Amino acid sequence: MNDFTPISALVGGALIGLAASLLLLTHGKVAGISGLYGGMLRRGTSDRAFRFWFLGGLVVTGGLVKLMFPAAFATTWSATLPVVLAAGLIVGFGTQLGNGCTSGHGVCGISRLSVRSLVATATFMLTGFATVFIVRHLLEGSR
Amino acid sequence: MKRNAVAFGTGALFAAGLAISGMTKPSKVVGFLDISGAWDASLAFVMLGAIVVHFIAYRVVMRRPAPLFDFKFHVPTRKDIDLRLMLGAALFGVGWALGGFCPGPGLVALGGGSLNAVVFVVGMTIGMLVEQVAARALARRKAH
Repeated sequence: MNDFTPISALVGGALIGLAASLLLLTHGKVAGISGLYGGMLRRGTSDRAFRFWFLGGLVVTGGLVKLMFPAAFATTWSATLPVVLAAGLIVGFGTQLGNGCTSGHGVCGISRLSVRSLVATATFMLTGFATVFIVRHLLEGSR
Repeated sequence: MKRNAVAFGTGALFAAGLAISGMTKPSKVVGFLDISGAWDASLAFVMLGAIVVHFIAYRVVMRRPAPLFDFKFHVPTRKDIDLRLMLGAALFGVGWALGGFCPGPGLVALGGGSLNAVVFVVGMTIGMLVEQVAARALARRKAH
């Protein structure tokens, strides 16, 4: 379905790690996207402006990438819209309940050797593997 | 002003990393999660690259008494493994696998104009608000 791209993955990953490090150095915050976004929605958040601008950087850069390198979004598979909506609901609820996602737990937490983040990352990887196995190989039939 | 500009630039760099790494393509994410199919291990290399850099930089940065724009660091210190963490992470993995988006790439792809990403982010926003309202209601019941 896709080619294995270890070099661009490592380079892109290193930039993600660098951005997380810069956010820690400047604002002293963890670059967990679900935490930053959820905190922007939450009542009584005091640092909403910084969250808005960081997340705005994500969205605006998405627009620029689309203009300059549209291939970055060229996916060979997409879920149907109802499934994507359900996926969003589950991701939103789950990341707030579990205090993090791939960035907050998977990158920042593991880099700190946080036990909570190691457990969370192992858990969401396992349920992710299981979900794709069930949907793709049991429900849709093996390809 | 400067703080917000730096936050914006940091977000932009984060998004560039996601785009270069291929994580803005749901097919790359699901390709990684599909271990019994044509497995694409790229996502593991994204995490490896990010963790190696941040593992080192975290230790250098945390030697400072404070970050540049704040009086103190805001880094989680909890160590307890509770049901909320396990259940939340388990649910997140299911949603991630169903849509091929996690929150970061979802927001980047939203900026790229993907209808799927728009729908994903709408769902994610509602899901977060539902959890926050439920958690507040639960906390109030416990207090009484």
